[in-house]
Amino acid sequence: MNIYVLLKRTFDTEEKIVIENGCIVEDDVEFIINPYDEYAVEEAINLRDLHGGEVTIVTAGGEEAGQQLRTALAMGADKAVLIGMEEVTEEVDHYTLSRVLSAYLEDKQPDLILAGNVAVDDGAGQTAPRVAEELGINQLTTITKIAIQENHVKVERDVEGDIEHAETSLPLLVTCQQGLNEPRYPSLPGIMKAKKKPLDRVELADLNLEEEEVKAKTNSVSRFVPPEKEAGKILEGELYEQVQELVHLLRNEAKVL
Amino acid sequence: MANKVLVLGEIKDGELRHVSLEAVAAASQIADGGEIVGVLFGKQVQGCAETMIQFGADRVLTSDREELSVYTTDACRQAMLQLYEQEQPEAMILPHTSSGKDLAPRLAAKLQTGLVSDVVNIEINNGTAVFTRPIYSGKAFEKVSINEELLFATVRPNNLETLEKDISRTGRIEPVDLEIKELRTIISEVVKKTSGGVDLAEADIIVAGGRGVKSAEGFQPLEELAEVLGGAVGASRGACDAEYCDYSLQIGQTGKVVTPDLYIAAGISGAIQHLAGMSNAKVIVAINKDPEAPIFDTADYGIVGDLFEVIPLLTEECKKVTT
Repeated sequence: MNIYVLLKRTFDTEEKIVIENGCIVEDDVEFIINPYDEYAVEEAINLRDLHGGEVTIVTAGGEEAGQQLRTALAMGADKAVLIGMEEVTEEVDHYTLSRVLSAYLEDKQPDLILAGNVAVDDGAGQTAPRVAEELGINQLTTITKIAIQENHVKVERDVEGDIEHAETSLPLLVTCQQGLNEPRYPSLPGIMKAKKKPLDRVELADLNLEEEEVKAKTNSVSRFVPPEKEAGKILEGELYEQVQELVHLLRNEAKVL
Repeated sequence: MANKVLVLGEIKDGELRHVSLEAVAAASQIADGGEIVGVLFGKQVQGCAETMIQFGADRVLTSDREELSVYTTDACRQAMLQLYEQEQPEAMILPHTSSGKDLAPRLAAKLQTGLVSDVVNIEINNGTAVFTRPIYSGKAFEKVSINEELLFATVRPNNLETLEKDISRTGRIEPVDLEIKELRTIISEVVKKTSGGVDLAEADIIVAGGRGVKSAEGFQPLEELAEVLGGAVGASRGACDAEYCDYSLQIGQTGKVVTPDLYIAAGISGAIQHLAGMSNAKVIVAINKDPEAPIFDTADYGIVGDLFEVIPLLTEECKKVTT
């Protein structure tokens, strides 16, 4: 099976966000594979082990994203591709990214594409469904289980807490939800092997894309951190009295009951 | 601004989801007097269509096609693209729900246009619509505008104020003829797991438990409180990892991001990833044995104590005032 994973390098979820002059400060920030994309990598490896074939990890970004690609290779993926975005000087949005990714995937005839259901930094969840549309293939988002038999696919999806059982066929794009699997840590032999695995770099020109064609359709006007909340009120007295006071405050001060 | 806005409403278990009306309100801001055209898929949607009109829609397009009664990407995509062609709107608003998140990016890609997802506020600056949306799960926000002719956004439940209900408002409800073919997905079953039908994303009140809940049974007092308050139960990653509850309940940077009116955190210490998922709730109550727990820094009201003592007392007290 020809399997592709769309991966994004993101801030570690431990990080606080600092904004200076409208820009998010990246100095001293730890970067990780977007947690939802880790589920995608893990599932891709498992499916390959079951059905054979090859797992290729694809990301679009700067040279530094190579680090996360190496991690995915160390987990067990076969190949990685970094689509260099350095020449895109203007802003990048989901339109840009999905055009670039689908231009790369277009002639690869993927059977299955996996991605995280959302990136924890941007939080829009647009790129993967856009890629599916660009490629004209079907999608099932927020999956928590997948089983493939020849061309037939059965999945379970998390639909706002309910579980939907769906059936379809390959080729297919899925986005991964928490609960799908438990991503492995790269083993030491895995890390050694990863150093020899192919990590190719592709430029926009290789994809026959002009910068103008992938120009962002949206414009980020400003970014800001919400004002810090003032410290709240810690109630005192007998527990029973505290609870009575809490209900009184919720009704009369906060007006939420 | 837009002289016509297409708004997809959403029906769950026969009822119009509240976010549909919030989407209509968003549309009215962008339309600035232009026409607001609602869209509803499903059987017997007359009542829901009337509600959309009473809350600001001028006209509602409906289809009771079997293929649209349960959401699938292929069917809804085809339906919305046909309605887009038919109506030629200058803006489209979808709810940022499970189906809206699945559908909107596909429509945007097909129309080769921009899309702003998960909008929590809209302002009009010199005739330009500027959308505010959370980034880093609410640790920060960004304001975004669209460079294209079509304004396209999904709106997060529970954030935009609906317009005032006006029962004297009337509008046409038009069944539309749609061509839907070559569906690639079959939904064989939907297993309901949500308690009492209150969805986390749309719940006004959430009672969430963390490691302090100690076991799956430990969630029971939280469920009772949620039921009395008409709210939903959520959890921290700690509680999910310890298998006290299902991952679908997880709130945080991985998991759901919620903005209820009232968030009661019981036995949750308040890791930064959890705070990202809930700190934009209007009012936060923290109940924790540890007075040093970081959750108290984010809370509006705090009780230092054992949740197994506090929650049952709170449930009893709430029963008195809510009945």
